[in-house]
Amino acid sequence: MHFEFGITAFVALYIFMLAGFGGWVIIGNVPAILHTPLMSGSNFVHGIVVVGAIFAMLNAVTPTQQAIGFFAVLLGAGNAAGGYAVTDRMLAMFKTSQVVAPKTPEKKS
Amino acid sequence: MLTTIAQLIPGAAYIAATFLFMYGLKRMSSPVSAPAGIRLAGVGMLVAVLASFFDVFGVSPAAKPHLMVNIAIAVAALVIGGGAAWWKGRKVKMTAMPQMVALYNGMGGGAAGAIAAVELFDSQSQGISRLIVTLAGAIIGAVSLSGSVIAWAKLDEIMKKPWRFKGQNIVNIFAALVTLAVGAYLVLAMQGVLVPLISTQALIYLFFGCALVFGIMMTLPIGGADMPVVISIYNACTGLAVGLEGFVLQNPALMIAGMVVGAAGTLLTVLMAKSMNRSIGNVLFSDFGTVVEGKQGDMKGTLRPVAASDAGIFMRYAASVIVIPGYGLAEAQAQQKLYEFVKLLLAAKVKVRFAIHPVAGRMPGQMDVLLAEAGVPYDLIFQLEDINDDFATTDVAFIIGANDVVNPAARTDKASPIYGMPILNADKAKHIYIIKRGQGVGYAGIQNQLFYDPNCEMVYGDAQAVLIKMIESVRGLGAAVAA
Repeated sequence: MHFEFGITAFVALYIFMLAGFGGWVIIGNVPAILHTPLMSGSNFVHGIVVVGAIFAMLNAVTPTQQAIGFFAVLLGAGNAAGGYAVTDRMLAMFKTSQVVAPKTPEKKS
Repeated sequence: MLTTIAQLIPGAAYIAATFLFMYGLKRMSSPVSAPAGIRLAGVGMLVAVLASFFDVFGVSPAAKPHLMVNIAIAVAALVIGGGAAWWKGRKVKMTAMPQMVALYNGMGGGAAGAIAAVELFDSQSQGISRLIVTLAGAIIGAVSLSGSVIAWAKLDEIMKKPWRFKGQNIVNIFAALVTLAVGAYLVLAMQGVLVPLISTQALIYLFFGCALVFGIMMTLPIGGADMPVVISIYNACTGLAVGLEGFVLQNPALMIAGMVVGAAGTLLTVLMAKSMNRSIGNVLFSDFGTVVEGKQGDMKGTLRPVAASDAGIFMRYAASVIVIPGYGLAEAQAQQKLYEFVKLLLAAKVKVRFAIHPVAGRMPGQMDVLLAEAGVPYDLIFQLEDINDDFATTDVAFIIGANDVVNPAARTDKASPIYGMPILNADKAKHIYIIKRGQGVGYAGIQNQLFYDPNCEMVYGDAQAVLIKMIESVRGLGAAVAA
């Protein structure tokens, strides 16, 4: 954040544009069966906000800033931890019948 | 030298985290690699959070004296917030997943809004572009927070009825305009263009108050059936807010992760709305389910009740069965029993498949998760477009706790509120069994002509009790043959 470079408005627009395309393409391939874990998973990814919250918290000067910073970290951490917990639980449940039930009818494409 | 290294470590860590997020999401595109995908993203998060504490070497001189206190507060907040959410996320029921996602999403939006607030309370003067981006992120984050909380309350059935009044859209537009106006006034005041009537501090509070109220107003009139779309919109919004605050903090990891989620969430919202045949504007600004009452034609024919054991045995001797599960199945906690019954049918060489409507359950894909939880292998589960043509050649369509997603009115009745929504062609099957608790209407509050179809028979009762009876009857059959 205090690197030797700064992200100017135009560089930011490039980053946003490319990241937006990236997200669109990545999600476009996900089968409907995974939509709920995916929503939950992308919800987890924006939990990265906790990193920004920690940064803001560490740079807090006034008691007001400290109080708001506390809530920022609290909420951000909740987003990240909770999002991971539920997504991981959901995805761990997906199984294929190759192991579970060998006597399945052949799959129709 | 030491500070340079201390700055390089978080820099490298954020790049690694960003890569792991994108790669993790990419791996989620298949059920086989998905569990590994979320774990990779989880490692990325852990790395980023640990690295963020290296920022202590780069704090502003003004914050230096408070550093120890600030670190303590940050760690405390991390432990409390993360711990509580982790604990809740581990023990929450799978049926309650949509409201949990709504809540966690609201937290993210709130965090983005709070970051903006901390930045706004910074006494240093800021450039106008940075200020505007901060405020934009603040509005989106705050709306996402209060809106998600309302969505959570609705899905958790704390708040039962949508709250509507005449001219609501105009009031909502007014609330949005007031929020934007206060924001613009704040920009001018903070840039010193004009002297504000109230203190800048008070203006900031007013600004956040307006944004939060707007989020509540926006979400209150939307009915429970539309909540998945709303959660998805707020998910995208939070991503956007995080991305914008990432720019304010000059942190590319936040910018990229936020914007990826913003785009992904938008795409997901579009897909969801499409499968419900509703435009996003329609979901947000129209009153679903209120205008149509009394407009529908009367149902023709009679309902034919049948005993659970008879239906069970009929399916045992059918060649092919397609199971259509709906939210009623999850509500009765009967997924395990259903799979037990299906296993019996499979053992008797019946071809059984599951057909999932895009909006089965209360969130797209939720039914897939619930079936997976019960142990149903995912290669037995088919999505609407893959299986819909097979109903015509199928012996039995077995509907459990689903209603609107098999309502033929969506194809024929222009007055119906679900007209045009793609449905599962259960009515094309040779025979239809429906497990239903009583003679009530579906989540959208409309009658279903399918129940009166001559090929359709109703099994009344709690899904779990009915399935137990079916299992017993089919097992009893086996015992009789053996004896």
